[in-house]
Amino acid sequence: MKSWIKTHRFLIARRLVQLSLLVLFTLGNVYGFRVLTGNLSASLIMGVIPLADPFALLQIFAAGATVSINVLVGGVLVWLFYTIFGGRAFCSWVCPVNIVTDAANWTRRKLFLEQTERKIWLGRSVRYWLLGLSLVLSFLTGVAAFEIVSPIGMLHRGIIFGMGMGVAAILALFLFDLFAVKNGWCGHVCPLGGFYSVVGRLSLIRVKHDHTKCTSCMACKTVCPEKQVLGIVSKQSGAILFGECTNCGRCIDVCEGNALSFGVRNYINVGEKE
Amino acid sequence: MSQLNHEKATITERRRFLSLMAQSVGLSALGGLVWTGYIEEAKASPLILRPPGALYENDFMRLCIKCGQCVEACPYDTLRLAVPGENKPLGTPFFIPREIPCHMCTDIPCVPVCPTGALNKSSVSSIKEGKEKLDIFKAKMGLAVVDTESCIAFWGIQCDACYRACPVMDSAIKLEYRRNTRTGKHAYLIPIVSSDTCTGCGLCERACVTEKAAIHVLPNEVAQGKLGAHYIKGWEKADEKRLENVSQEVTTHTKRSEKKVEDYLNSGEDLFK
Amino acid sequence: MSLSRRDFLKTTAAASAAAAVGISVPSELKAASEHAEAGWRWDKAVCRFCGTGCGIMVATKEGKIVAVKGDPAAPVNRGLNCIKGYFNAKIMYGADRLKQPLLRVNDKGEFDKKGQFKPVSWKRAFDEMEKHIKAAFKAGGPEAIGVFGSGQYTIQEGYAAAKLMKAGFRANGIDPNARHCMASAVVGFMQTFGIDEPAGCYDDIELTDTIVTWGANMAEMHPILWSRVSDRKLTAPDRVKVVNLSTYTHRCSDLADLEIIFSPSTDLAIWNYIAREIVYNHPEAIDWDFVKKNIVFATGFANIGYGMRTEAEAKKLGYSAKELEIIKKEDAKVISEKEAPGLAHLGVKAGDLMEMKNADKAILHWEISFEDFKKALEPYTLDYVAKIAKGDPNESLDAYKAKLKQLADLYIEKNRKVVSFWTMGFNQHQRGTWVNEQSYMVHFLLGKQAKPGEGAFSLTGQPSACGTAREVGTFTHRLPADMDVSIPKHREISEKIWNLPAGTLNPMGYQHIMNIHRQIESGKIKFAWVNVCNPYQDSANANHWIKAARELDNFIVCSDAYPGISAKVSDLILPSAMIYEKWGSYGNAERRTQHWRQQVLPVGDAMSDTWQWVELSKRFTIADVWGEQTIKGGKLPSVIEAAKAMGYKETDTLFDVLFANSYFKSFKAKDAIGEGFDNTEVFGDSRGVAGSDGKEWKGYGFFIQKAIWEEYRKFGLGHGHDLADFDTYHKVRGLKWPVVDGKETQWRFNAKYDPYAAKENNGDFAFYGTFAKALKKGNLQKPTTEETFPLKNKAKIFFRPYMDPCEMPDKEYDTWLCTGRVLEHWHSGTMTMRVPELYRAVPEALCYMHPSDAEAKGFKQGDLIWVESRRGSVKARVETRGRNRTPRGLVFVPWFDEKVFINKVCLDATCPLSKQTDYKKCAVKLYKA
Repeated sequence: MKSWIKTHRFLIARRLVQLSLLVLFTLGNVYGFRVLTGNLSASLIMGVIPLADPFALLQIFAAGATVSINVLVGGVLVWLFYTIFGGRAFCSWVCPVNIVTDAANWTRRKLFLEQTERKIWLGRSVRYWLLGLSLVLSFLTGVAAFEIVSPIGMLHRGIIFGMGMGVAAILALFLFDLFAVKNGWCGHVCPLGGFYSVVGRLSLIRVKHDHTKCTSCMACKTVCPEKQVLGIVSKQSGAILFGECTNCGRCIDVCEGNALSFGVRNYINVGEKE
Repeated sequence: MSQLNHEKATITERRRFLSLMAQSVGLSALGGLVWTGYIEEAKASPLILRPPGALYENDFMRLCIKCGQCVEACPYDTLRLAVPGENKPLGTPFFIPREIPCHMCTDIPCVPVCPTGALNKSSVSSIKEGKEKLDIFKAKMGLAVVDTESCIAFWGIQCDACYRACPVMDSAIKLEYRRNTRTGKHAYLIPIVSSDTCTGCGLCERACVTEKAAIHVLPNEVAQGKLGAHYIKGWEKADEKRLENVSQEVTTHTKRSEKKVEDYLNSGEDLFK
Repeated sequence: MSLSRRDFLKTTAAASAAAAVGISVPSELKAASEHAEAGWRWDKAVCRFCGTGCGIMVATKEGKIVAVKGDPAAPVNRGLNCIKGYFNAKIMYGADRLKQPLLRVNDKGEFDKKGQFKPVSWKRAFDEMEKHIKAAFKAGGPEAIGVFGSGQYTIQEGYAAAKLMKAGFRANGIDPNARHCMASAVVGFMQTFGIDEPAGCYDDIELTDTIVTWGANMAEMHPILWSRVSDRKLTAPDRVKVVNLSTYTHRCSDLADLEIIFSPSTDLAIWNYIAREIVYNHPEAIDWDFVKKNIVFATGFANIGYGMRTEAEAKKLGYSAKELEIIKKEDAKVISEKEAPGLAHLGVKAGDLMEMKNADKAILHWEISFEDFKKALEPYTLDYVAKIAKGDPNESLDAYKAKLKQLADLYIEKNRKVVSFWTMGFNQHQRGTWVNEQSYMVHFLLGKQAKPGEGAFSLTGQPSACGTAREVGTFTHRLPADMDVSIPKHREISEKIWNLPAGTLNPMGYQHIMNIHRQIESGKIKFAWVNVCNPYQDSANANHWIKAARELDNFIVCSDAYPGISAKVSDLILPSAMIYEKWGSYGNAERRTQHWRQQVLPVGDAMSDTWQWVELSKRFTIADVWGEQTIKGGKLPSVIEAAKAMGYKETDTLFDVLFANSYFKSFKAKDAIGEGFDNTEVFGDSRGVAGSDGKEWKGYGFFIQKAIWEEYRKFGLGHGHDLADFDTYHKVRGLKWPVVDGKETQWRFNAKYDPYAAKENNGDFAFYGTFAKALKKGNLQKPTTEETFPLKNKAKIFFRPYMDPCEMPDKEYDTWLCTGRVLEHWHSGTMTMRVPELYRAVPEALCYMHPSDAEAKGFKQGDLIWVESRRGSVKARVETRGRNRTPRGLVFVPWFDEKVFINKVCLDATCPLSKQTDYKKCAVKLYKA
């Protein structure tokens, strides 16, 4: 048996990253401790390095606006980071909604809802339709269409700047994930998740599966929010190449046989069977 | 039943794909319509007051990325990001002058930090000695409007709290002196706002001593009327400026002129009866 | 009938407006208005705030004040108010009203100077006061008791306090906060006219052609009068000129045709320039008929110090070296380049040491010839005065000269009527009395005084600075009706009226308000009582006084309606009834006396200050206080035997002697004037407050407010101070004294309007005041005769030179600090900071400064900075815009905000004649907080 720490190390690491970002932002706003100012939409590190949400920028472009060079640089930096390294890591390592939906998932398991609830069908491709729709509607309405309704924005802005009735929206999201659709928001609906799935499709950091160590216990699939990406588990060795994988590392945490691990995708040896 | 089974069996993969596509597009259209409806409602917040240097509302809404950096920069906690429940475009910065007005910092810290240019630095700058320098007096956050019925200065009470609170005193708010014929020996000191120099900071609105402020700031587009360019003040040379955008398209239309000349002339049964 | 709110407002307004002008209201409208007001009672009263004296009407319903309106019948304001007046209804019900006595106690409930405040009964409160007063008496005699009185006392309260102190305790250590506000005007009046208070009245505003404000921000401090000035300007915009003289631009400049910004204290020089212009360049403008018949020329000493402690005293008390740098000028100062030319008449030059040898003779003056007067004015040329007086470094000297010339021309212009107004800019001045006298100098020379629309007029700050502080005489040196404790005849008159043994009254009246603070600091005063004021916030150099009150062995009592700094500093706090919770009367700046009835019961266990004083008197017998007493420079004889001879018993309490005597008891409790109104002092009230003896308070059983009024009135009748009887004031909207044969007096000293002047048979004018009306003669340096010459019916023109203030900006403390008020808040803000609307309008005091100064010091608009002087420092926010625009080198900080405690920074120098503190100038440095 692995120790508790070991079975939760990536979970703990992710929570630390998520929370410390929020703490730094909040310190910046409330106490003027300016390591990180702004929020996840756009920010400045140490008052110098700009960062910005590339999907928000895309919507702004679609809405017909041109933005200043600074924020553009910020958007490109973020884009490059996830494209080259992180994959869809934003969703599990940065986005605070992840904490909410993970909580819903955890509760779901405790209440055995999987076994008892009425199933509501929702396709996993809805997010891509909404992604497209976001851009089209941004164009049509002249405002960043997803940003104006985004519960992600409501939550991180809420934590940093004050929540208001946003609590209700987040509660609704929690209830949706808990009682309506498993992984409903992050795994089905969220266009930002869709965006990062597309952006991160070719990134270097990947979860790798060693078939030889696999005990076929399927613990990984139980915890995975996008379990369709784990198709190769217990079948063959290789890297999880789906863009939808959020690199959350829960599967690695729970794998008793150490059959799963983070690794770097091997682009050079294309012929190699991964 | 068998008919149905039969039909299902004969559906080709292509048909099936097209049919699914049609459903998805249709559902997207449905979602899109609802979503658009919501957006149009949500962004229509005509009474919202924006930070200094904000672009016109439509452009502002296009560009604002809702990062809150202006809010963080504001030393008086004047600016806030709209939260759900306030019926204002979510996540966008605004202020409520009756609570905390804009104190018109000379270095306008909220503007330069805007990453997208939704707060436009050059609209709150003036050229001094060849250099662009921030100038808060150029801000147009709104326009103060006086409700002359609830303003106690119009009763003759010596108030002018708004006037004394005005950072652009004697220009944005001037006092107009009028005789109080009822008492025969007092003057009304009446606050008069000038749209040229009022920045909409709202210090007047906060200072107003009536229960609900008798002077309040509205966005310029709401507060101000617009004159046609067909008549220019003969006694004010500068007024000719309004001719700059005059249109040569001068045909006028009213209900009275909607019939063509001949149609009008040739109709008239009633008249000749 | 249903009435919407707007209809309702319209009908009630229409009905009262109509009533005011005597129109009959259509019966339907009248019925509507009566219906709307069902259950309300409207009664007349006076605004609680400034010295303007606006009349208001108070509406009460079910024992609470629900609304006020300006009284349309009041001649001063005709139904209008300023925004402080607008909120009279809301000042009384702040959430933290003091409702019961609070005493500092230890865990065992014993008094402990270092203890925490805990509620105690009124009985316990009086027990403690009695104990500590008796201990103080034992330790230091009557001079060991100090009272911080007020220009906001009702007349009855002030009278009760002064009577118990002076006639009962034989103590003169009572002085009002009006000392900080009016004393220079008082001494100016006494020296010039021989009698206190202005010759003219507010009607001058409508009758004049020129309004000159000198150190008076009427637009903010007397808004209703300012609206009258504005209206006068509107009636004849070309003819009527408004001039504003100040050390910074304020709201009066908006209306002014001419604004003159002068360097602090140089108003002295500007008056002399105007006089010089008259005497040298326009001798034809001198009204020689008037001057010869009614005026003598006079002067006094210049080396009189600055009203501070002496260096030796301060050293002994451990004042810091920094403070001593300024304090040593109390003994001697080096004459500066700036002041030397103006002191030429003394034969001195720059660099000479001026020893302040005549500090104790500051008040002394003697007659001089017109030639000497003319000679003394000689140096005050336009060149010299413009050079030293120009207050704005950005203004050109030539432009400034032109302005001064224009000002002089306005005064001099034949047939132009001129009124000069001033308030604190003149009075809070190290030469405040001088500059008051100088205004009369110019008006007298031109014959433009005591005539309709012409005259120099001192505006008052407080609602009853005139009515109570001055007329009743709550000053240390005063008795009612301008009488002075140092004058045997005046003591004799007072002892007669008060039915006291001869020799009871104490002749030493030197414990003015700064002396009370200083004597607490030096341990002489052991017991002090704060009444209707906030001396620990409003006194300059506050650090010293707070420390003295908290750390020395003394007992400080504070009567107040709300907790402020003074309450915090005290050992015992007494809850006081507020203005409309008691019967009272005020006297405004134009000599108008106005009375009101008790409108509602006080909040909690609060009781009026009159009651507090009268209850205290029950704790002392003749034997306790009328024996031989030690005072400054000698002894007060025992009058116990004499008292016995008059029929008093040794065991009689001061209550029996002073308040419950047969005269007071002759005023029956039941009186038509009081019908339908509460009178807590006379009848007790439904609250059933446990009184000073622990039993339910049931009232005195005689009409004490009326008794006080009628006794007080005896002092002035026949002496030019005539007041009407109590009942009359409850029927009229105030009357301007002297009220002779039921008629008020608009212009005093003018035989056409003033029966006293007419009676003198002295031609058109008679300055019949009697104070200092026999002078020695002398030259510009000193008196040269021993003999004095009578000056019956004459007034005086003084020559007074320009002198530097004792602290001026230097390298380290490089900026002038001027303090003052804002329209929205009254004094220390204890009332107005509790009105939500006023609090929101001006929530904090700002440091107004010139934008270039701010830039040079690296401050941005809104930055928090330190304002530091040799005495203390406070933090305030920089304001470079807005209502007050200071010239470079000067900052203005208002004092209403206890969080911006600017009086810790101010210097406690005073006018050596009037002892009034100069809050308008000291030197500070500014740096970022």
